[in-house]
Amino acid sequence: MKDSCKTRIKSYGPFVLMTILIGCIWEWSVNKEIIPSFILPAPTSILQALIEHREVLFEVHLLATLKEVVIGFVLSVIVGIMLGICMHFSKALEKIIYPFLVISQTIPLIAISPIFIMWFGYSIWSKVAVTFLIAFFPIVISTYDGLKLRGTDYSNLLLTMGANRWDIFKKIQIPMGLPTFLSGLKMAIVYCVVGATIGEWLGASEGLGYFSRRMSGNMEADALFAAVFLLSLLGIILFLIISIIERQILKKRYY
Amino acid sequence: MLTVNELSYSFTDTGVGKSVLDNISIHVQAGEFVSIIGESGSGKSTLFGLISGLLQPEQGEIILNGKLTHQRLGKVGYMPQKDLLLPWRTVLDNIILPIEITKGSLEEKKEGIRKWLIRFGLSDYEKFYPHELSGGMRQRTAFLRTLMTGKNLLLLDEPFGALDSFTKRSMHEWLLGIWEDLNKTVLFITHDLEEAILLSDRIYVLKRFEKSCIEVKIPLSRPRCSEFIYTQEFLKIRKSLERLLR
Repeated sequence: MKDSCKTRIKSYGPFVLMTILIGCIWEWSVNKEIIPSFILPAPTSILQALIEHREVLFEVHLLATLKEVVIGFVLSVIVGIMLGICMHFSKALEKIIYPFLVISQTIPLIAISPIFIMWFGYSIWSKVAVTFLIAFFPIVISTYDGLKLRGTDYSNLLLTMGANRWDIFKKIQIPMGLPTFLSGLKMAIVYCVVGATIGEWLGASEGLGYFSRRMSGNMEADALFAAVFLLSLLGIILFLIISIIERQILKKRYY
Repeated sequence: MLTVNELSYSFTDTGVGKSVLDNISIHVQAGEFVSIIGESGSGKSTLFGLISGLLQPEQGEIILNGKLTHQRLGKVGYMPQKDLLLPWRTVLDNIILPIEITKGSLEEKKEGIRKWLIRFGLSDYEKFYPHELSGGMRQRTAFLRTLMTGKNLLLLDEPFGALDSFTKRSMHEWLLGIWEDLNKTVLFITHDLEEAILLSDRIYVLKRFEKSCIEVKIPLSRPRCSEFIYTQEFLKIRKSLERLLR
């Protein structure tokens, strides 16, 4: 118990210390009016804004953004896995889908978002569409690349036992591909927060992206920073959740 | 049990065929322990690939259980050179893999599995993962998995090759101890002369450059124990084999 406490201090200590140090310098330089507070509000006033706006921030905007992120993530996981598996099993499908995948990622999101607004209006689905578009790519690629790790020796061994292609897929390729897939999942969840925020900037009536943009227009720097802080916190927490799930799944593995 | 007639095989992946096996003939009778020795590159592992059905011969025939067939996958128990235990499965889950593949009933075989786990000294380790086992235990797990295929002919590709000499010695002792109860036919690859003589009824010597295959009978009586390696008889066989290999 003591040991795990020590290793935790060792691994997170420097980061925590650095954060405190930067926070202190930040607070001090704003108080001394080296940096004007409408450019960079002091950490304490950001915290104050967070408390002041807590009801709308947490109950309306955070919830709205979270909803977009979760729906977009679930959709991209479902579609991403399906596309990845299709591409794995069919060379022809791979040749058709792959170029489209790359094209879908080269279109600037900002340019395509108005199209989504035209299609879906100001409803949640225009935001989900942006989220989906940005998040499904790492999932397709990680599914496909994970399944590509053939483990030829293992597969041959199963073949000598009389296995068919489905057995090998289930018993060798899925377990072997899991670590790659889970890395893709971690990337996707972070992208989801980015996607939802961009979607909200371009047209929304609620959500942290919408709120931060409105505050920016009002020159309320401290509330804007509070929203940005919440967004990054949301990303970190979602990332940690996926990491914990990953650790649970891969717990007993050593290579 | 197994007859290989005038078998030839070459790798053609670079465009130019490189002959690995040329006109090889061997036969194995039911219940026999037959070893194949030869230096690396003499095509021993390729021969196993051919017999197990992973590869198809260019020339010659492989007759399994009296039948000449191209579909040999799933007909023999194959234990590869590397143990290839699945790192995400426990010892027990690795062992039952062949039963899962053939969709056999686990319930029926439960008693048998338990019995063999004890004979293999693995019963206390069935919940362990491969990385938690010693080299000898990993090999025994892989061997038991091969046994669980339920096939009568087992192909063992240098199963003790990666073990240190002490562990190897105790594995020989152990294998000789269970051999009578195994009731299997074994074709065994090794490049360890002592191991080959101690374990086998017959030995085939594969020579790399002459592409020939010489048969040697081992007249030692069974049951054997690892002390046999100090007997005059053993040394005589070993001497003549070494002369053959030179």
